[in-house]
Amino acid sequence: MHMHKFEKIWLIFGVGALLVFLSVLGVSAFYLGNQPPSCLATIDQEKVDTLPPFNEPGLKKVEGKDWDYELIFVAAAFAYTPGEVEVPLGAKVKVIATTKDVIHGFQVAGTNINMMLEPGYISEYVTTFDKAGEYLILCNEYCGMGHHMMTSKIEVVE
Amino acid sequence: MGIATEKLNVDRRDGRLVMAHFYVAFIALAVGGLAGLLQVLVRSGKFELPLGIGYYQVLTVHGVVLGLVLTTFFIMGFQIAAVSRTSGTLTNKQRVIGWIGFWLMTAGTIMAAVMILLNEATVLYTFYAPLQAHAIYYLGLTFVVVGSWFDGAAIILAYSKWRKAHPGTPSPLLTFMAVVNTLMWIVATIGVATTVLFQLLPWSLGLVDRVDVLLSRTLFWYFGHPLVYFWLLPAYMCWYAIIPKIIGGKIFSDSLARLSFILFLLFSIPVGFHHQLTEPGIDPAWKFLQVVLTFLVIIPSLMTAFSLFATFESFGRSRGARGLFGWVRELPWGDARFSVPFIGMLSFIPAGAGGIINASHQMNQVVHNTIWVTGHFHLTLATAVILTFFGISYWLVPHLTGRKLTKAMNKLAIIQGVLWAIGMTFMSGAMHAAGLLGAPRRSSFSEYGGAPQAAEWIPYQIAQAVGGSILFLAIILMLYIFINLAFFAPKGEQDFPVGEVADEAEKAPMVFENWKLWLGITVVLILFAYTIPLIDMIENAPIGSKGYKLW
Repeated sequence: MHMHKFEKIWLIFGVGALLVFLSVLGVSAFYLGNQPPSCLATIDQEKVDTLPPFNEPGLKKVEGKDWDYELIFVAAAFAYTPGEVEVPLGAKVKVIATTKDVIHGFQVAGTNINMMLEPGYISEYVTTFDKAGEYLILCNEYCGMGHHMMTSKIEVVE
Repeated sequence: MGIATEKLNVDRRDGRLVMAHFYVAFIALAVGGLAGLLQVLVRSGKFELPLGIGYYQVLTVHGVVLGLVLTTFFIMGFQIAAVSRTSGTLTNKQRVIGWIGFWLMTAGTIMAAVMILLNEATVLYTFYAPLQAHAIYYLGLTFVVVGSWFDGAAIILAYSKWRKAHPGTPSPLLTFMAVVNTLMWIVATIGVATTVLFQLLPWSLGLVDRVDVLLSRTLFWYFGHPLVYFWLLPAYMCWYAIIPKIIGGKIFSDSLARLSFILFLLFSIPVGFHHQLTEPGIDPAWKFLQVVLTFLVIIPSLMTAFSLFATFESFGRSRGARGLFGWVRELPWGDARFSVPFIGMLSFIPAGAGGIINASHQMNQVVHNTIWVTGHFHLTLATAVILTFFGISYWLVPHLTGRKLTKAMNKLAIIQGVLWAIGMTFMSGAMHAAGLLGAPRRSSFSEYGGAPQAAEWIPYQIAQAVGGSILFLAIILMLYIFINLAFFAPKGEQDFPVGEVADEAEKAPMVFENWKLWLGITVVLILFAYTIPLIDMIENAPIGSKGYKLW
């Protein structure tokens, strides 16, 4: 099968760029630990309110962990609990969330906190809040009539 | 390519089967386009739906009729026409199988449509459990898929007949491409058929109480990504094998075109996790593996881009063009059959770049489920693919109805394409920008409790409404052109252009038609990418979900 010289150059360049790109992603994921939220823990979605840590939604200071705080959210059609929360500036926080009913999309607008909440599973993401201000939390996966009314708020304060 | 044995016209009986598919496709365009207009108007915040119609009901209509109905009917119709033109008229048996497919798909479409209109299936076209639609909705979608298998069977039977009659000769390029796309479609739809038949149908009928949500989503996305290549490959058929003839040039390389289609077959399917990157319950190492496989389709995409522009440049230079870009002026810009698909090709450059961002393991978090994604697939499907389908219709519809594309219609077609480009620049551009600011997709107008961030998105939503309205005008023009070409254009002979290979290109190696080999590798890749994560998912599954009807 004949391949034009220019096409060979084009493909070598393209495949080379692809390899560099994939290496960057790979190093970021496996060496720097920048993995997408992929918590493997499960939960009985019908008993979320009675099971720790979801029986006490909100911000909690923790000791002896890689992060300073745990921020617990419970989603249900069509609201998040808590409806509003304050986080100190610069805090390293593990956001832990789950749903009591259908799938929701937990997104903190303007940040990289963006994870699917699926019934029976816990979702987690560790992040640092290094910019003060008010952040909107919304639902970005269709969950029914009131999907676009589902909100909460994170206030990052000094 | 066995040009001497080709029949130059599609037989009238095959033509009727193809046109039946196209009528449904263009009715879907009208209905889905209207739904799209209503959505952008609602999201501008200046308009409310009358008669208690829900935003999400309209959104379900839009996704189902454009994403599933328009595409599947048009593609199957076009592929049957391409096979009939290049491998000979279908036998009566093959044509009957095609008609069975058409009627099954049509019946399924009507079933799903009735359920959506009755507000029994406001679950969008992705129907994620545990939102539970009426069983007839799932059954209707099953009929659409099963019907498409019948159409696919007609294509494969026609190919096998040609294959047996021409041992040692590579099959006609368009037939080969239609067969690759059909095989990919069959392998991919097994996933969605499995979740619908074994999970969602029994659950919606009340035979079982609970459904495994993550498993169902995984089976859906096993199908959902090859679905987008099922849309794209027919456009590539036109770009590789038809456009060269329209401009008066040659196919750059028959073998490389086949190779790129085989690569799409291999790398389109074991990649569904890149739609599930932010989901719990899947190990990130498996996500990364599928990210790598996803990016391998960049190779055939680069080959395609090279091949197309090589055809254009060779043609321009053969006409005496000089300088680095002199050949651009030689292209037939006044011919809608070329210029409208060309707008589609151009749109695929930013569309492909956006796709790379979406599938990037970590970067996905920035854009996942934001309206950026909607902006992305309105460049891929709703510009690159659909403008190519329109470009095909300009000659294929009159070819099949024994009419001609008149100069006036050609002009209107170009205006339609330009309007589309303008409207989409506004709409998709504003969607990409708002998505980066965090605006979600699939959401009705909301001020999110007066949040300042949400207020920033509203000007972009107004830009989307402006773009969407221009697009709706373009759709009306397209429907007018289609009706003209189908019923009113003057009688005559409109050519079905089939590209010829450049002189220096040699015969394609027969290994490309070793289906056992290619399907074998496809299956091995799928098993490699999915077996262990699926076992993990099933072994560690939570209790499962009851159904919810929250609309």
